Amino acid sequence: MRKETGIFGLLVLMCLVTSLKSPHFLSAENLQNTARLIGLYGIFSIGAGMVIITGGIDLSVGSMFALLGVILAMLLDPKESNWPKFLSFLNGSHFAWPLVILAIIGLGTLLGTFHGYLITRVKLQPFIVTLCGLLFYRGMARFVSDDNTKGFGDAKGFEILQKAATGMVFGVPITFVLLVILSVVMWVVLHRTVYGRHLFAVGRNEEAARYSGINTRRIIASTYILSGFLAGVAGILIAFYTNSISPSSHGNFYELYGIAAAVLGGCSLRGGEGSIVGIVLGTILLQVLQNLVNLLGIPSSLSFAVMGAVILLGVLADQLLTNRAKSARTKTSAA
Amino acid sequence: MVALIGENGAGKSTLMKILGGLVIPDVGEVLMEGQAVQLGSVNDAISLGIGLIHQELNTLDNIDVAGNVFLGREPRKFGLLDRATMRRDAETLLARLGLPISVDTPLDRLSLAQKQMVEIAKALSLNAKVLIMDEPTSSLTLTETEQLLKIVEDLRTQGVGIVYISHRLSEVIQIADRVVAMRDGQNAGNLAKQEITHDAMVRLMVGRDLERTSRAPSNVTAKECLQVRDLRTARYPGKSVTFEARAGEILCLAGLVGAGRSEVVQAIFGTDPALGGTVTLDGEPIPLGNPKKTIDAGVCLVPEDRRHVGLIVEWSVKTNITLPGLEKFAHFGVVRQREELAAASTQSKTLGVKTPTVEGLVANLSGGNQQKVVVGKWMLQNPKVLILDEPTRGVDVGAKAEIYELMRHLANQGVAILMVSSDMEEVLGVSDRVAVMHEGAITGVLNIDQFSEEAIMQLAVGKVAA
Repeated sequence: MRKETGIFGLLVLMCLVTSLKSPHFLSAENLQNTARLIGLYGIFSIGAGMVIITGGIDLSVGSMFALLGVILAMLLDPKESNWPKFLSFLNGSHFAWPLVILAIIGLGTLLGTFHGYLITRVKLQPFIVTLCGLLFYRGMARFVSDDNTKGFGDAKGFEILQKAATGMVFGVPITFVLLVILSVVMWVVLHRTVYGRHLFAVGRNEEAARYSGINTRRIIASTYILSGFLAGVAGILIAFYTNSISPSSHGNFYELYGIAAAVLGGCSLRGGEGSIVGIVLGTILLQVLQNLVNLLGIPSSLSFAVMGAVILLGVLADQLLTNRAKSARTKTSAA
Repeated sequence: MVALIGENGAGKSTLMKILGGLVIPDVGEVLMEGQAVQLGSVNDAISLGIGLIHQELNTLDNIDVAGNVFLGREPRKFGLLDRATMRRDAETLLARLGLPISVDTPLDRLSLAQKQMVEIAKALSLNAKVLIMDEPTSSLTLTETEQLLKIVEDLRTQGVGIVYISHRLSEVIQIADRVVAMRDGQNAGNLAKQEITHDAMVRLMVGRDLERTSRAPSNVTAKECLQVRDLRTARYPGKSVTFEARAGEILCLAGLVGAGRSEVVQAIFGTDPALGGTVTLDGEPIPLGNPKKTIDAGVCLVPEDRRHVGLIVEWSVKTNITLPGLEKFAHFGVVRQREELAAASTQSKTLGVKTPTVEGLVANLSGGNQQKVVVGKWMLQNPKVLILDEPTRGVDVGAKAEIYELMRHLANQGVAILMVSSDMEEVLGVSDRVAVMHEGAITGVLNIDQFSEEAIMQLAVGKVAA
């Protein structure tokens, strides 16, 4: 809990500074926009966090967003569907949106399952598997779309999807509501179920978990499947949010936002540590930071540098505190 | 050529570490060519010409032979690696050992025996006058062993002194000029060349008969509980073991370190693959290679490496105790925290785990208390068979007694206890029956009236029971 308190403090501090420097920060419009982005990013960051808790990593989601995004547009809008030769039977046809949604989420889940298979059965390293995914899916996205930017036009027939990504209920962005629901569910799963305990056990000490009768391979694979599933859900929302999917840049670096949010929120890349509250706070912090860069008139070219510096400072402070706590403990036990 | 023999824990390896400069002796001195010498560091030992060949190899698989021999003191020319000199010197050394391999061969293409010879070459390159070898043949095949022994013989004729630590008495008879036996950290006697016999060595190693602790008769049933048939492990693929454990008894797998006992229990539990054989519990076969199913069937393992595989030491006593059986406290997958806490507290109290609260970290507990936590986590699973691999290693005397009591208590409740132990006192004092293993096979089973240290030792060094 200490980690979450620390990052919460940092978040409050940043909000204070920003609101003092720029009154626009607390305007309804700005808060709604930020909340919408938090919703979009939070959904896949939770997936990234689950993978990290078992000691793995998923680098593929950003490219998955591009691939799923262009396929989504091409399936929904017949004007966009000039498929490459081997898929030419799909040309000119379009499908009912619920079917398409199922297909896209299904494809995300399938890719995640494939990653899980390669990592737990073939025993390839997660970094390599998902790095190859990052490259491959990006290439496929550009190939399938013939490098043309795809969009949804006026979204005739599937307005409801557009509304999910950009609309609001009672003044709260729908994506944020979705994230809240997902967080509650995942909080119970991670912190209250047998499965959640097994995730932490596998991440902390895979051998000890195996010796306790836990099917470690199944647990590890499940996190990549979950990450793929959430990438499918988030991919649809992000596609409708941007409303135009440029296959070479859509979703670039998003996998790193997910990882950064999880690490800022207290997940250790060595595995076995992390919390849903932390991951969500990490996501919020990153979005507020982005907002701060925009509002305070810092050149947008510096935004990556600011983000990198803040994450580094956060992790550094945490490490210093941990070390101090550790040395204090050894001192008392020696006395 | 001196052979150093002794039981597990007699102090052979410690002595060797002192000579290698790894451990500083408390008292006493080491003489080299009549001179008392200081052995304060590994470098001291090297410069005095003492070469150490460890039981576990210290070679790097990704580097070739020449690179391994000169690792850390590679010849240099203009700051660059002088490969030519390195290769030439390595070739000379290999020729001296009569080793027909190229110095460019990467180590991962060599057999274990060849790697060991590379280690010897490395020691010779440091001008070793005395070579100390700690069980060099323990993981070698018969032909590899012969190769190695031949090289050792050659080195002796070249004037290198050799201290040969081994459990394999037949090798000792074959090559040793003199035998020094150790027991409980002390010199237990010497044998000259003509006195070296199997029986004489066993007598020296055992020395005294342990005082037998009197104990209440155990109620061993005749009911066979766990049956192991023709089980083969990767360590000794050519050998198989067959034995049974009865409900209510404590059966001990005794033997010297490296006899393949841990491998057998790991294969039963499913954390190591079994190459063949069957395990049945009360007549029902247990699927091999699946710890979860084995646990559900009622067979649990307290592993040897408590801190790394027995427990998650960064976790609390509570979460460790409930880890394997967490489903019991769950409703639709969601853990009922109060039930979990209650069960863990009860278990911890029953076992007398000394921890301020069950939320306390396992890392802060003593070895004995950690072991109680491991036993506790399995007791919640109501095992029919509890396997304990070296249950009291690193455990203080008081906690040892508590663990023995616990084992006896479980046995009295009808659990079959299978214990792997290298501690002779423990083997004789705790077990109802002892099965002795030697190089992957069971050489004999002793009933309580046949127990003696000497009988076990004879079987452990490979003499098959009549």
